Amino acid sequence: MSNNLLVLPLLIPLCTAVILLFMKNRIILQRWVSMIGILLGAVVSCCLVMQVRSEGAQVLHMGGWLPPYGIAFVADMFAALLTLTTAIVAACCLLYSFGSIREERERHYYYPFFQFLLVGVNGSFLTGDLFNLFVCFEVMLISSYALIVLGGTQRQLRETLKYILINILSSTLFVAAVAYVYGVVGTLNMADLSLKIAEAGQGTILTVIALLFMIVFSLKAGLFLFFWLPGSYSAPPAAITALFAALLTKVGLYALIRTFTLIFHTDQIDVHNWFQWMAIATMLLGAFGAVAYDDIRRIMNYNVVISVGFLAMGLAVSSKDALDGVVFYLIHDMLAKALLFILGGLIVQASGTSSLKQMGGLIRSYPLMGGLFFITGLAIAGIPPFSGFPGKFLLLRGSLGEEYYGLSAVALASSLIVLYSLIRIFASAFWGERTEIREQPPVIPNKSLMPAIALSVLVIGVGFGSEYVYGWVSMAGDILVQPADYIDAILRSR
Amino acid sequence: MELYMSLSIGVLFAVGVYLILTRSLLRIILGTSLLTHGVHLLLLTMSRLKTGAAPLLGEKAAAYVDPLPQALILTSIVISFGVTSFFFVLAYKAYQKLGTDDMEQLRGQDDEQ
Repeated sequence: MSNNLLVLPLLIPLCTAVILLFMKNRIILQRWVSMIGILLGAVVSCCLVMQVRSEGAQVLHMGGWLPPYGIAFVADMFAALLTLTTAIVAACCLLYSFGSIREERERHYYYPFFQFLLVGVNGSFLTGDLFNLFVCFEVMLISSYALIVLGGTQRQLRETLKYILINILSSTLFVAAVAYVYGVVGTLNMADLSLKIAEAGQGTILTVIALLFMIVFSLKAGLFLFFWLPGSYSAPPAAITALFAALLTKVGLYALIRTFTLIFHTDQIDVHNWFQWMAIATMLLGAFGAVAYDDIRRIMNYNVVISVGFLAMGLAVSSKDALDGVVFYLIHDMLAKALLFILGGLIVQASGTSSLKQMGGLIRSYPLMGGLFFITGLAIAGIPPFSGFPGKFLLLRGSLGEEYYGLSAVALASSLIVLYSLIRIFASAFWGERTEIREQPPVIPNKSLMPAIALSVLVIGVGFGSEYVYGWVSMAGDILVQPADYIDAILRSR
Repeated sequence: MELYMSLSIGVLFAVGVYLILTRSLLRIILGTSLLTHGVHLLLLTMSRLKTGAAPLLGEKAAAYVDPLPQALILTSIVISFGVTSFFFVLAYKAYQKLGTDDMEQLRGQDDEQ
């Protein structure tokens, strides 16, 4: 009962990337081909979501090898929704990069790397095998190394060195953890692992392994171990940072959620308590960073950190409400962070500086941009009727319901800080007197606002239609609360 | 045999970590590659070391050796080979452009472009 549709979200970007490699100097053609590739991917993801809705989780056994021997690909509602969001976000980031990435980078394989990154991201969402997850992570990371250093400015080179080093270390730990799991349990298929660990009970060695996975994925997600993030994310151009902020840390979070709801859910050690403290520390430290700096890119990077902490809160609570909230907020955050970074890039482009002290008065030349940025700020802070509200509401209802009062207080306070830091950007960039950095400020054509408008419409739409979206999100939450459904889907087809 | 393997894995990890904590970029890269070697040996050891037959149906099928860890190691070697070579090229390029391979000096300020 294999469903071959599952391989298409990987296969389409992969083939597109290979085709793109042959058109090095035809930039217009490259743009068209990569856009068509991403749109095709979006259509496939839509079909996948529909199919999962009507028929339950879909499974593909690669090469016909049945579990636990072969590599399985699984699309439950959670993974399917995330691939769909990835395709939407990628389309908008791609559209934004047409106008901002410059020809030099486009000639040097920017678009192929973009597609390879999507292969890795989609693969990580859809895979049902622990080692395959490692491979997909690496595909994603290696493309991100190339994207982050593309252009080769001094700052990019310097930051890439650290970014690669930290990721090699965490990948090494990942393989070590996989080795331990295989040595102890004897399987790497996630569903099979879940069953065997539930049968055998979680002994001391499995606790060590669980903590090792926690360290690995927290490093990738920027949960507490986020010290590498603000530096690395401020090096590359805005279009690339937008893609990274929307996708990369979210993949780490997805891996955390998947492992700790599916595999290590029968916990004897207090994983939830660990997550609680990590979430609190992440939100607090991120909030300090968001108010401490005057550089618009830094402020946005610390906002990424805060949202990671916020999502980890749902994992700490792990009730149905909280996990629904995690799924909802994750989808919102992918859209909203891409929007924020695209607008931030446009602001830097329009004012010629990234320092808050030197910019001002943009509202006169760019009223639409100002309005969009204001909406984004409200959406990320979680003010109704925008898309941040339902997710935050569910998360907080979950955590108050389970009596995590301290955690909820910190989360609410951090939302205020988020609002403050973004309104501060808005106030200093758009209000006040226009300060002239350059003789002639660059005129930004209205068409480069297109991706931002599209994402804003989505953010508003998801906010207003939250009742409708919740229907889908709730299905994703169900499978996180009851991993038995996921396991059945994989193992029933034997 | 497992004991010797564990000891050598431990040594590889220790040397790798020591090298990563030094300031010179070249030593750091060598450290990461030693670390990955250590992990590969770990993967091999965790699946029990034994000598037996190939995992094919036949008379010796009962004494087969689990081939999966070897496949995993092969994949991981390829990935770490690619990443290490990329890291070397990047380090060389960074040295050319920044004029230093000392991590202390590669710290970077916050406000520069």
